[in-house]
Amino acid sequence: MTQKRTFFTATAIALAMSLPAFADTPQSGGTLNLIIQPEPPSLMLGLVQNGPTQMVAGDIYESLLRYDVNLDPQPSLAKEWDVSEDGLTYTFTLHDDVKWHDGEDFTSEDVVFSVDVFLRETHPRLRASLVHVESIEAPDENTVVFTLKQPFGPFLGIFEAGTMPMIPKHIYEGTDFANNEMNNTPIGTGPFKFEEWVRGSYIHLVKNEDYYIEGKPYLDEVYYQVVPDGASRAVAYETGQVDVLPGGSIENFDVPRITAMDNTCVTDQGWEFFGPHSWMWMNNHEGPMTDVNTRKAVMHSLDREFALEALWNNLGKLATGPVSSSTRFYDGDTPSIGYDPELAKQYLADSDYDGETIRLLPLPYGETWQRWAEATRQNLIETGFDVELVATDVAGWNQRVGEWDFDLAFTYLYQYGDPALGVSRTYVESNIAKGSPWNNVAGYVNPEVDALWQQAAVSASDAERQELYSQIQDIIVDDVPVAWLLELGFPTIYRCNVKDLVTTGIGINDGLRDAWIEQ
Amino acid sequence: MLEGFKRFTSNKGAAIGLFILLIVILTAVLGPLIYSDSPWRMVQRPFLPPFTVDGLPLGTDALGRDVMAGLVHGARVSLLVGLVSTVVALVIGVPIGAAAGYFGGLVDDALMRFTEFFQTIPSFALAIVLLAIFQPSLFYVILAIAVVSWPPVARLVRGEVLSLRSREYVEAATLSGQSTFQIITRQILPNALPPIIVLASLMVATAILLESSLSFLGLGDPNVMSWGYMIGTARTVIRTAWWLSFIPGVAILLTVLAMNLIGEGLNDALNPRLSRKSR
Repeated sequence: MTQKRTFFTATAIALAMSLPAFADTPQSGGTLNLIIQPEPPSLMLGLVQNGPTQMVAGDIYESLLRYDVNLDPQPSLAKEWDVSEDGLTYTFTLHDDVKWHDGEDFTSEDVVFSVDVFLRETHPRLRASLVHVESIEAPDENTVVFTLKQPFGPFLGIFEAGTMPMIPKHIYEGTDFANNEMNNTPIGTGPFKFEEWVRGSYIHLVKNEDYYIEGKPYLDEVYYQVVPDGASRAVAYETGQVDVLPGGSIENFDVPRITAMDNTCVTDQGWEFFGPHSWMWMNNHEGPMTDVNTRKAVMHSLDREFALEALWNNLGKLATGPVSSSTRFYDGDTPSIGYDPELAKQYLADSDYDGETIRLLPLPYGETWQRWAEATRQNLIETGFDVELVATDVAGWNQRVGEWDFDLAFTYLYQYGDPALGVSRTYVESNIAKGSPWNNVAGYVNPEVDALWQQAAVSASDAERQELYSQIQDIIVDDVPVAWLLELGFPTIYRCNVKDLVTTGIGINDGLRDAWIEQ
Repeated sequence: MLEGFKRFTSNKGAAIGLFILLIVILTAVLGPLIYSDSPWRMVQRPFLPPFTVDGLPLGTDALGRDVMAGLVHGARVSLLVGLVSTVVALVIGVPIGAAAGYFGGLVDDALMRFTEFFQTIPSFALAIVLLAIFQPSLFYVILAIAVVSWPPVARLVRGEVLSLRSREYVEAATLSGQSTFQIITRQILPNALPPIIVLASLMVATAILLESSLSFLGLGDPNVMSWGYMIGTARTVIRTAWWLSFIPGVAILLTVLAMNLIGEGLNDALNPRLSRKSR
């Protein structure tokens, strides 16, 4: 096993490293090799927003804002922004010397086109937020004004590159977006330009010499290496073929061995915006989990501390409820959901459970999740449940979870920085619909909480939102509609002489702008 | 028969095989009584090497489960799968082979083409496909193994029956008015038994290997601790905890070796004229 309880030290070190003031003067030059896993289907971030696409395209495309690890907005293409008193008007002032990679000027017209035309058509997650928007206008070349129909609390959180990438109007206007030939040679405003993509082998980016921030980026070239096998990816790092292993590119069980190598640093920062949050769905529709006492018995049976240590190498944290501690408006002051076998047995004795076999679905994402399900089954058996693991592949898992054909099922989802964007969707009654494994699958119904979610989303005041979300977290944790597990920690592993690699809440996804190699 | 048993035990390899198998059987029968706790229980720190903590002679695995307990419970699963799937394969293969051999002609053609259909598909691939279609549970694992292992039985029985059905005692039985069913079951099959027994003992070994391979790939019953499963989970840590794969590997090796030695011994004992000693 690796270091115990080094999480806080690791965080502190990583935090210190991420502050430019502490670091030495950045040096220009050098080539950085990273793993990209799996190979992305496309690099056109406006059309495809899955993980690997964003990781590469985050160097090519930019949005108006970036977010630091506390999710506070930072300037990106917008150098200043202003929110009106009533929370209805958002005014952004753009940098005035930004150019697209093909030399054209980037202007406020591009912003209006990207959001109002392109992304409204292609980006479902952004579209859900755009329903609150009355109009998007460009009064002059460097100003964009968003006017809202009603205040929308998380609005300042949707200007991230994967949520709202800027698309060149001069290339896409009036074309069939999905079939535009330029999708293969993406043009953005970012610090790196697309150079070459050898499918199945690597993606090559080169420095954008005309980048609008003087001196940046520092790296000359970036290679994203495609290595399909997990063990080979670990070996690629060991042999020096790559310098950076982004979160999730090697199996958890390889992490201790790799991080023990010389000149190797590891951080679990850079996932704050996504806030990957894991839990077990509990079937509130039918079966034994409809009884709150049974659910509490399950919750207190789980030795999550053990899972964190034995399976996740102590990277991550115990979840305290529905909201990740890295997401805004997190409140940890909720009823305890800790490991307590005696309490679990008491709850079980008070419940309606009478020995039915509980069907537990592991997440079919590899060994770690399978072991986790085995450990969980054992925890539950020791409380007095009869549990059976149901083996499925990914398609079978989607099917069973979407059709509510389970009692317990592992899952994890992103939170996108704000409860209104990434948390409420799995708890509100309006989001119960058979067929999708990503909505309120548990079937949790609580009209009182539904009303609070509604109110919190359209409140303009952060203080008021905090109060509402604290209330929500308190009630939901007491209802235990699902069994929260861990805030997953995906370690980014890199050579220690690569500096300032993870500086934002989305980490490597837009981190290469600031990264440099100490010679 | 006594003669045969003597010949069997005088074969050194067979005696060793029998000895190992007896140990495995004893482990499978009595072991779970000693290790009465579930082999899935997480009892200690993960990755304890063997012989470091009292009461955990073989150490613990990635989740801190007792490897010895896993080994003991796995013995039961391996033997169960080996024996039951062989019996099922015999139940399918013997009638088909006997009918094909005895009746000949169209029946033979039809049954043999059917058998060849199964023989042309690589058996391991077929087993994987079957388990991918069905829910991986112990029942379906046994069924899948049986389905892929009966064709050799059918072919062997057909050959034997073919050579036996023209013997005088079969003709005599026919003349005395015995029904076809009686002739096959009472006259022919008992005389075809020796090679079937030898084949069956080897099939048990193959079935154990097959089950281990399936579990190794994660296609076994996730609720059953088996040797293949133990190796499958330990494979990922082979560079840091090699013994976790090594120990159940040795168990599989010994059991399969024992079955092979026994099969060979049986072959020598039941077919004395073919035995290597008299050659």
